[in-house]
Amino acid sequence: MNTETIKKEVNKAAKTERISGSEAIIRCLIAEGVDILYGYPGGAIMPVYDELFKYRDRIHHVLTRHEQGAAHAAQGYARISGRVGVAMATSGPGATNLITGIADAQIDSTPIVCITGQVPSHLLGTDAFQETDIVGISTPVTKWNAQVTKASEIPEVMAKAFYIAKSGRPGPVLIDITKDAQFEEFDFKYEKCTAVRSYNPVPKTDSNDVKAAAELINNAKKPMIVWGQGVILGKAEEELKAVIEKSGVPAAWTILGASAIPTSHPLNVGMVGMHGNYAPNKLTNECDLLIAIGMRFDDRVTGDLNTYAKQAKIIHFDIDPAEINKNVKVDLAVLGDSKESLALLLSELKENSHDAWLKEFNDLYAIEYDAVIKDDLLPEKEGLTMGEVLKEINNYSDGNAAIVSDVGQHQMIACRYAEFNHSKSNITSGGLGTMGFALPAAIGAKMAEPHREVVAIIGDGGYQMNIQELGTIFQQKAAVKIVVLNNEFLGMVRQWQQLFFDKRYASTEMTNPDFVTIAKGYHIDAKRVTKREELADAVKEMMESDASYFLEVCVEKEDNVFPMIPSGASVSDIRLS
Amino acid sequence: MSQEIKTFTISVYTENNIGLLNRISAIFQRRHINIESLTTSQSEIKNVNRFVIVVKITEDQAIKVVRQIEKQVEAIRAYYHTNDETIFTENCMFKIKSELLFEEPQIQNIIKESDARIVTVNRDFFVLENTGRRHEIEELREKLDKFGIMQFVRSGRIAVTKEEMKVSEILEEFRNQQ
Ligand SMILES: Cc1ncc(C[n+]2csc(CCOP(=O)(O)OP(=O)(O)O)c2C)c(N)n1
Ligand SMILES: [Mg+2]
Repeated sequence: MNTETIKKEVNKAAKTERISGSEAIIRCLIAEGVDILYGYPGGAIMPVYDELFKYRDRIHHVLTRHEQGAAHAAQGYARISGRVGVAMATSGPGATNLITGIADAQIDSTPIVCITGQVPSHLLGTDAFQETDIVGISTPVTKWNAQVTKASEIPEVMAKAFYIAKSGRPGPVLIDITKDAQFEEFDFKYEKCTAVRSYNPVPKTDSNDVKAAAELINNAKKPMIVWGQGVILGKAEEELKAVIEKSGVPAAWTILGASAIPTSHPLNVGMVGMHGNYAPNKLTNECDLLIAIGMRFDDRVTGDLNTYAKQAKIIHFDIDPAEINKNVKVDLAVLGDSKESLALLLSELKENSHDAWLKEFNDLYAIEYDAVIKDDLLPEKEGLTMGEVLKEINNYSDGNAAIVSDVGQHQMIACRYAEFNHSKSNITSGGLGTMGFALPAAIGAKMAEPHREVVAIIGDGGYQMNIQELGTIFQQKAAVKIVVLNNEFLGMVRQWQQLFFDKRYASTEMTNPDFVTIAKGYHIDAKRVTKREELADAVKEMMESDASYFLEVCVEKEDNVFPMIPSGASVSDIRLS
Repeated sequence: MSQEIKTFTISVYTENNIGLLNRISAIFQRRHINIESLTTSQSEIKNVNRFVIVVKITEDQAIKVVRQIEKQVEAIRAYYHTNDETIFTENCMFKIKSELLFEEPQIQNIIKESDARIVTVNRDFFVLENTGRRHEIEELREKLDKFGIMQFVRSGRIAVTKEEMKVSEILEEFRNQQ
């Protein structure tokens, strides 16, 4: 590596010590504040595991049951805490098993560092046992990656990895380390990376752009904010709240923006997107000013772009210049870190309120309530709904739990109905939509913040994609609460088959095993609920448990999630049934 | 924004890094953009590489692709330019049987007219080299084709821009940053 291209923290106290590459890896992790990592051993990473054994008092390695679980656990750890998650795997299949989690972290901007072992450097390119080109494979789904073949490169590459993963718009980094570099001894000294020459993580906010934005907001009659995860990643929750309250602008969120502002805030008008709330979707096409903050106009948010907010002026606050005008052409872009740009904006805003405009949101909410929400939360039919399970969880969590959802109908229900009082509480796979995410991510979240209640909401399909992580929960005594909403269907796909494929339920019905017995096999307390009368007590028992707990709720098989913007339709064509 | 498909030359200044070529070409591949040519070399700045990539896309796509390239950690700066905004050329070589040089006097005229240079001659073959715009190289190839070409190769476009690219300043800024 060319050392001129990075800047390091001056660390005069640091002495060099002669140690092996693998010990250096552990020392780098400790220096970066890593207390827990998730992984799975194998031949090419064994020297590092040997050091992990020696350092086991200072750094806790969690053996997941699959490398995909390790990657998702690292994601869960990062998402709830804002710290960098770490996953480790051996070469070949160990490394390729990480890829889904890495791709998920890339599209959801999650800071993780993945370390993979690699065959010794003299075997590179020989199709050696368990050799795979993981640097090549991971290139399109990493923010940065590198291969290390000499021990002496380890400190600098590791420092750079952590810096890149967490700075600017965060993302996954993969470091592939050959086995000979792990064995090799060298003079170790660690200095954290503080800058990389070719990399400008946080573009400067132009105060003129902020002034122009404030002017548009101050003069708008029907302004609307849509915020995304950029607010959470930028730790700008307080600034956003102050902006909303001072300007009186109704604010909606994307799925990854959820929880940045408490659910109960009077100006929080709900979720945008395919299964979001009626009001913010409809009124996207009525507002005169759309203020997008730290979001990326995903197609699941915008629906048909040709009919998206065409009447409105659009302002886009983002840290990533590549997001500006990528999907939606905007009138004004404010680049920079959301915490800084929103603080600047706040000082330029007029105290204002938009009561009549806010009432339009509330009126549409009332329509949605009558058409959808009432039946979801207070059903009169016999079968249980997913919504009432969420309502029951809210009753006991008081909005203080972190909800980790998987992918499908239950995810949309969880994001629609879970109540949040704290930021970083909605952990879900938004961009990639990775089934199997929730169980391992919940483990990572719980271990990162043990004092927090972590409830995983999972479908019967996605649960079986990483069900082996029950073993990790048992071994680690991770007090994760697991709720499987069992509709015996790949429900979301079935819903589409019902609506768009004339009910041809091709391969979406599932004959499921006895989930309670499986959980009990892992010595996890477990219960199955099939009747409404049993639900409240079961949820209470789960929430009051100090240990992990498995709750299966058998819900109506063929319920659908509404509202819904059919794919390719306009946000204002959102359907209530 | 023009939706007309044009030839753009994309210039990228980068750190000298093994994986970067892969990262950059993946940006085009993912968007189903065919790379007409790609040349990489050292730039005017020590330890800084330069990619010259030629693509036929809309300006809207060019802007997006350039931003995606700049987003890569080891890309220092990327630019897109139209043909009018650059000075560009390509390079070509022909390997031809030596006997033709003597048996077909016309070949000597073609060489002279085209300003091509004979790089080497031996008993069996001679090698001709030329630089120019694509159509000039194509013309030359057509003329020589009738006599039989043993090997032909043409390089990708290399280009310099008329406008200044302030890469050194970016690097200087980094050096001065504490
Ligand atoms: C790894 C993966 N494979 C396939 C899909 C496509 N998919 C999206 S939702 C879904 C159904 C999920 O079923 P389940 O986990 O039971 O949740 P439900 O929708 O029934 O609540 C499928 C198959 C996906 N998102 N991820
Ligand atoms: Mg299901």
